[in-house]
Amino acid sequence: MNLDQRLQETRDADEAATERGRSRRSFLKAGVAVGGGLLLSFHLPALMYPALAAGTPTAQAFAPNAFVRIDRLGGVTLIMHKAEMGQGVYTSLPMLIAEELEVDLGQVKLEHGPPDDKRYADPIVGIQITGGSTSVRGAWEPLRRAGATARTLLVSAAAQTWKVSTADCRAEQGTVIHTPSGRKLPYGALVDKAAVLPVPQSVTLKDPKDFKLIGTPAKRLDAQGKVNGTAQFGIDVRLPGMKFATVAACPVFGGKLAGVDDGKAKAIQGVHKVVRLDHAVAVIADHLWAAKQGLAALDIRWDEGPNARLDSGEIVRQLEAASQQTGVVARHEGDVTKAMDGARQKIEATYQLPFLAHATMEPINCTVQLRRNGCDVWVGTQVQGRAQAAAAQAAGLPLEKVRVHNHLLGGGFGRRLEVDFIVQAVQIAKQFEGPVKVVWSREEDIQHDIYRPYYYDRLAAGLNEQGLPIAWRHRVTGSSIVARFAPVWMKGDLDPDAVEGAAEPPYDFPNIEVTYVRQEPADIVTGWWRGVGPTHNVFVVESFIDELAAAAKQDPVAYRRALLSKSPRARAVLELAAEKAGWGQPLPPRSGRGISLLHAFGETYIAQVAEVSVSREGDVRVKRVVCAVDCGMVVNPDTVRAQMESGINFGISAVLFGEITIKGGRVEQNNFNDYRVLRIDEAPVVEVHLVKSTAAPGGVGEPGTSAIAPAVTNAIFAATGQRIRKLPVKPELLRVG
Amino acid sequence: MIALNINGKVHRLDVPADMPLLWVLRDVIGLTGTKFGCGMALCGACTVHVNGAPTRSCVTPVSTLAGKNITTIEAIGATPQGRAVQRAWLELEVVQCGYCQSGQIMSATALLADHPHPTDADIDAAMAGNICRCGTYLRIRSAIKQAAQSRSTAVKGD
Repeated sequence: MNLDQRLQETRDADEAATERGRSRRSFLKAGVAVGGGLLLSFHLPALMYPALAAGTPTAQAFAPNAFVRIDRLGGVTLIMHKAEMGQGVYTSLPMLIAEELEVDLGQVKLEHGPPDDKRYADPIVGIQITGGSTSVRGAWEPLRRAGATARTLLVSAAAQTWKVSTADCRAEQGTVIHTPSGRKLPYGALVDKAAVLPVPQSVTLKDPKDFKLIGTPAKRLDAQGKVNGTAQFGIDVRLPGMKFATVAACPVFGGKLAGVDDGKAKAIQGVHKVVRLDHAVAVIADHLWAAKQGLAALDIRWDEGPNARLDSGEIVRQLEAASQQTGVVARHEGDVTKAMDGARQKIEATYQLPFLAHATMEPINCTVQLRRNGCDVWVGTQVQGRAQAAAAQAAGLPLEKVRVHNHLLGGGFGRRLEVDFIVQAVQIAKQFEGPVKVVWSREEDIQHDIYRPYYYDRLAAGLNEQGLPIAWRHRVTGSSIVARFAPVWMKGDLDPDAVEGAAEPPYDFPNIEVTYVRQEPADIVTGWWRGVGPTHNVFVVESFIDELAAAAKQDPVAYRRALLSKSPRARAVLELAAEKAGWGQPLPPRSGRGISLLHAFGETYIAQVAEVSVSREGDVRVKRVVCAVDCGMVVNPDTVRAQMESGINFGISAVLFGEITIKGGRVEQNNFNDYRVLRIDEAPVVEVHLVKSTAAPGGVGEPGTSAIAPAVTNAIFAATGQRIRKLPVKPELLRVG
Repeated sequence: MIALNINGKVHRLDVPADMPLLWVLRDVIGLTGTKFGCGMALCGACTVHVNGAPTRSCVTPVSTLAGKNITTIEAIGATPQGRAVQRAWLELEVVQCGYCQSGQIMSATALLADHPHPTDADIDAAMAGNICRCGTYLRIRSAIKQAAQSRSTAVKGD
């Protein structure tokens, strides 16, 4: 889909939303008898309450669309249809609305939005989802329009009250001002009148040069609760009569529960029930300690099924064999075979990336209360609509009988795009009277994640007399996330995510062929991990380009620059990162700099220079990362910086440590002792340099992660001469003496 | 029955003696600001203060805590160091998902109580037990230094 089509779809969706807004407003009018001031009578601070159920109106509020509600006292509530998982959307999205609505950020309350795959569909992806670094890109126009629509109605209401022209009125800080006379009316005094005005079909958005808020480093709206312990994550839900459960699923992929002796568990004080599911056992108790002890006391027999002997080596052999196939074409331009035949030098390599767990800090959890004719789900999810649908199916209830109360997410990274744990929690709740909070142990989380696929990539390039690539061939082999998650997004047999970052590299390749072979490992479900397709492909492409530069005996920055004549934005970030990093300046022995370049997530361009040192024992330390970012127009520059810092550290964990391995059909890792993540004493200094741009925003939540791996491994090559073609980096490869 | 002094209030609780403090705080008393992360003292999300010392509540049985003063994130703002740390956290926009930050703030506050002017090595030693998956480490380091600076300014001003 090209940009124009996307914008057209956005417009259509917005017009439809306007239609719905109109019917919603008549519904609100009909609901006035509930009583005024309902919202304020609770005195609930922002973010402290679960989302109101879908469509629940606040009496006498003005709600011109699905994102804005203003009550008679002027209280402005913004409905957050995305999930806040650290990336800052609960600040950047309010900024988009507030800019046009003309309210101070300090004035707004936020509410977790209800599930609604139509009303809250991301215009880029088509469903209600927080992922793929799409939030600001997708919301950029619709949310500003939502704010402008509300403001236009409030200005009209004031103009009617004063019997003056709207042209003489302006909105400022939650009030409408009649400019000639200086008269003022606060929004709260205008909501009744505004609520009965026809919603304008089109509104004029501000010229970016008039932005007051967008582009400023506004403070995070979710920060206060996160420094004083009051922020509510899904795991913090407390309900009257609620019990606590923890779970053990069959440790072998695809295995089943054969039987369980629960005599000892039931004798533990506080244990209420042992619940048997097809593939798992759960213990419900007064608190998680009793539940954990109960689980440990169970004598469980598993039917390990056909994968009891599965190991990582076998999976890699299958991938390697599959990678010999032709595959489906993701991109083919020019004549690669002919160019390769005529090349002065031919380079080939294979690259491998491991299964990865997400290991969100907030362990997987979901709280369910099931009644005969309804179901409430308290959870932190990146996919409210899918969560509702999955819970409804598991509960055997129609969709509208399931309410999903979303929460702040203690990390998402793609794990909370999945609903496996929601289905499981509903299944447990079906066997119990009253609300149950299901919490996985860290070990359960590591061993029963939905893993980032193992990828096996083959690359070949032909270089001309100048050492530049005249032929480029890249075959990606791995499981397809899209085929499972959203088959309608497949392009025939091509998984577009599996080749994102590979099919359209930023470089001028006159002859290029990129293909994809789908190879599914038995019973291992794979899913998205921060950075999605590009986290895999940018590593491969940027490593191989570095190999070509080395083969051509050219400087890695100069080599890339020579291939970027058609991409000035890519070239600009490359040069900026190199300059700020002091590229070319001498470093001590066994130290090196590596560069990487990314163009993905819409129109985001990033270049990173990593500086590493490698000990004689082979331990790699990333000391400094310089990151140049051109992500188009910036909504909140501090958020962009924070996302680069975050993404880089997240990626370094994977480069240096991240690996899920399988033996005897079981995941071998357990907890943070053997699934290591970066700690403060290992974290580099990160410098972020933003390029000013007037282009539409690109995504920023993930590219920092996607670009760091090759920057680090290219730096390791510069430091040691060792090319890293398989992640994570193994110190034994880099040891001396 | 065990009596625990938590945030200056005595709670009389009928819980097993070997029950870790974390679950008493979260599931029995309802102080959910202290977080479960790993259950094995590997991540620091559950850090509280016991007589001022940073302690991983997920591996601390309540039987060891009789007569001791327990402080959690909900009350840390009442101490001068805690207040300074929280303020620095907000000023430098440290938090992202925020889940680990209760533990980070508890560890940082204890560090400042022991080392009013921590070096980078002090920060590494005190904070390496606290994992942040969002990778806010750079800002945590800066915020600890800023809190230390503000404390020393405040003390001089007193």
